[in-house]
Amino acid sequence: MFLFRLLLKNAFRHRLRTLLTMVGLVVAVSAYGLLRTIVDAWYAGAEASSSTRLITRSATSLTVPLPLAYAERLRAVDGVSRVSWSNWFGGIYITERNFFPQFAVDPATYLPLYPEFRLSEAERVAWQRDRKGVIVGARLAQKFGWKLGDNIPLRGTIYSGTWNFTLRGIYEGADASVDENQMLMHWGLINETVRARSGRGDYVGVFVVGIRDPNNAGVISERIDAQFRNSLAETLTETEKAFQLGFVSMSEAILVALQAVSYIIVIIIMAVMANTMAMTARERLAEYATLKALGFGPAFVVRLLFGESLLISLIGGLAGLLLTLPLAAAFANTAGSLFPVFRVSASTMALQLAAAFVVGVVAAAWPAWKMSRIDIVAGLRHVA
Amino acid sequence: MNALPLSYIARNLRVRRVTTVLTAAGMALVVYVFATVLMMTEGIRATLVATGQPDNMIVLRKGAGAEINSGISRQQAAIIETLPGIAHDAGGRALASKEPVVLNNLPKRGSGKPSNVTLRGTGAAGLALRPQVQLVQGRMFRPGGSEVIAGRAVAAGFQGVDLGATLRFGGRDWVVVGLFDAGRSGFDSELWADAEQLMAAFRRQAVSSVIVKLADADRFEDLRQRIEDDPRLGLEAKREERFYAEQSEALANFIRILGTALAVIFSIGAVVGATITMFGAVASRVGEIGTLRALGFRRSAVLAAFLGESLLLSLLGGVAGVTAALAMQAVDVSTTNFATFAELAFQFRMTPAIAVQSMLFALLMGFVGGFVPAWRAARLKIVDCLRAA
Repeated sequence: MFLFRLLLKNAFRHRLRTLLTMVGLVVAVSAYGLLRTIVDAWYAGAEASSSTRLITRSATSLTVPLPLAYAERLRAVDGVSRVSWSNWFGGIYITERNFFPQFAVDPATYLPLYPEFRLSEAERVAWQRDRKGVIVGARLAQKFGWKLGDNIPLRGTIYSGTWNFTLRGIYEGADASVDENQMLMHWGLINETVRARSGRGDYVGVFVVGIRDPNNAGVISERIDAQFRNSLAETLTETEKAFQLGFVSMSEAILVALQAVSYIIVIIIMAVMANTMAMTARERLAEYATLKALGFGPAFVVRLLFGESLLISLIGGLAGLLLTLPLAAAFANTAGSLFPVFRVSASTMALQLAAAFVVGVVAAAWPAWKMSRIDIVAGLRHVA
Repeated sequence: MNALPLSYIARNLRVRRVTTVLTAAGMALVVYVFATVLMMTEGIRATLVATGQPDNMIVLRKGAGAEINSGISRQQAAIIETLPGIAHDAGGRALASKEPVVLNNLPKRGSGKPSNVTLRGTGAAGLALRPQVQLVQGRMFRPGGSEVIAGRAVAAGFQGVDLGATLRFGGRDWVVVGLFDAGRSGFDSELWADAEQLMAAFRRQAVSSVIVKLADADRFEDLRQRIEDDPRLGLEAKREERFYAEQSEALANFIRILGTALAVIFSIGAVVGATITMFGAVASRVGEIGTLRALGFRRSAVLAAFLGESLLLSLLGGVAGVTAALAMQAVDVSTTNFATFAELAFQFRMTPAIAVQSMLFALLMGFVGGFVPAWRAARLKIVDCLRAA
């Protein structure tokens, strides 16, 4: 107890310096947490994926469409329970900045594959009946203030022209990991329009394949791809998770940079903190010499320095941790639909505290080592 | 007596070596992050600007924005070719290239993770329209053959893209017969094949874009008006330079906003470090300050001396940070461009403007961090100082 009181007194002897160091720590720890949460948010799509869904796309790339006729052959593959399909619509709502994902889907087969999209029965029926109807996630509806029955105009990039859709339903995610920023429209409507314009239709972007047993995902994927090998449109089937991770890896360079940067800030604050401790130790040289002269061993001085450093870093770290939550909430609001799911995870919080701890230990290491070895006479003479 | 000599300031930094190095290191890291972000943004911009030619025009379907979203039928393409204002070659053919663009998913070297590579169908006219593209190894693909040539960055970055190797897509095997260097432009990240063969392999009736050379670059507006007003077409035309500059915007902006926000947050940490250091410097030299004042140095001289020390400290950090960032120029980066959904390779690019901005950023941190301690030092009373000492 005595030691702790001494530590507290020591730590706040230079109130301004300690406060400044803590400010630095708060900034660093909260920035570190925010960066890690951004990286996590990138992987959110993969985390939310279901192990009972496979995605079949063209082997060449996602942008090459597959013929709708494949649906029947997919259904016949052993182990497949349901088949649906979707097309990326890529429309613009007012300006490019309002980006959110839009998929043209077949409602009757698509919704049963995505039980995590909670939609009331009345809204589901209303959507299925209206070919110009769409459903959107709750967060998206909230962002733009859409209500049921609203007209939503989208400017097409892939499917040219302006499309007027009517909002028929708002789905909610079964849990927090579900993307509530999507818009789903009728694939049939898009397909008919394409056919009327160009005479070519019945193409889909990807097939979503429901399987009975997740353990057979690998075998079923191989079976599907073998079906279409050497055909005009070869396929590549993977689990929904692998499919989502494919998107993540495309931005890998940015992710790696973000991760590197999140560690750089810890190093910066380590330098600041180490500086504080070095200055503290230098000023108290005479004091430590006095303590030693009184009979306290080098271990006591070491404990004093480490204790003080850890006290400052942990208070700063804790404050930074608490600040991360409102910061993340504010960031999620600004970034809008860019990151569908944005949560500070428990492991991020643990890592933040761990980082503060490491900073405290490293900062005290060198001064502690030096102070434990001071010569009493030289230290006392330093006073003069 | 007006100012304290610079050597006095510099010596103070040397006396407290550990503190100086730690504080400068913190600032150096911040400057490094700040500079690399700007270099990355500049690298993306420079790569895509170098992709467009000033006298080329690109035609896309209205509202498409990117080549992969666009579609132009053969009839429409034929109409474009006959418009006045397009340059012709010696044989009297219009210098126009009708190009299908497909994305091809290939595994990256190293990680093995797949990414999209732009696969462009073109022909002799396409090569004539892009003088920056030079074949460096092998030969050009033969018209009518299942052959491709690969950009420098694709060959370096993706598995299986080697001279003589085969790639499988569109139900065929394609032989890589040549490698080209596109002068650090976006084409370095592309695979090129014969346009007709590519369309046949993917069963496509429409090309993605038509690129034409203008007979007179100043007459672009006339031609643009003609194309956009033609009710048969429903197309839009852009200068190639502007088209590619727009493609760089989304990614460059994203990196710039994210990077600058980070650098500003980091700078708070570094400023705190500088403030602590300078407060320490002031506290340990109270007696010295009193002596200087007693000797006749003014408050302003003391202020300038401490502020100078802080600025010198940040200068050290700034130089170290910019030097470290310079080394990044040797690194090639490659990531997916949101606008095209395809891989784009680029380099970090240092410009004098970036170096100056980074140094100014460092000095600003030094100024903000050093001002309050220096102000306090200047406000000290001579008597108090001397008594404390």
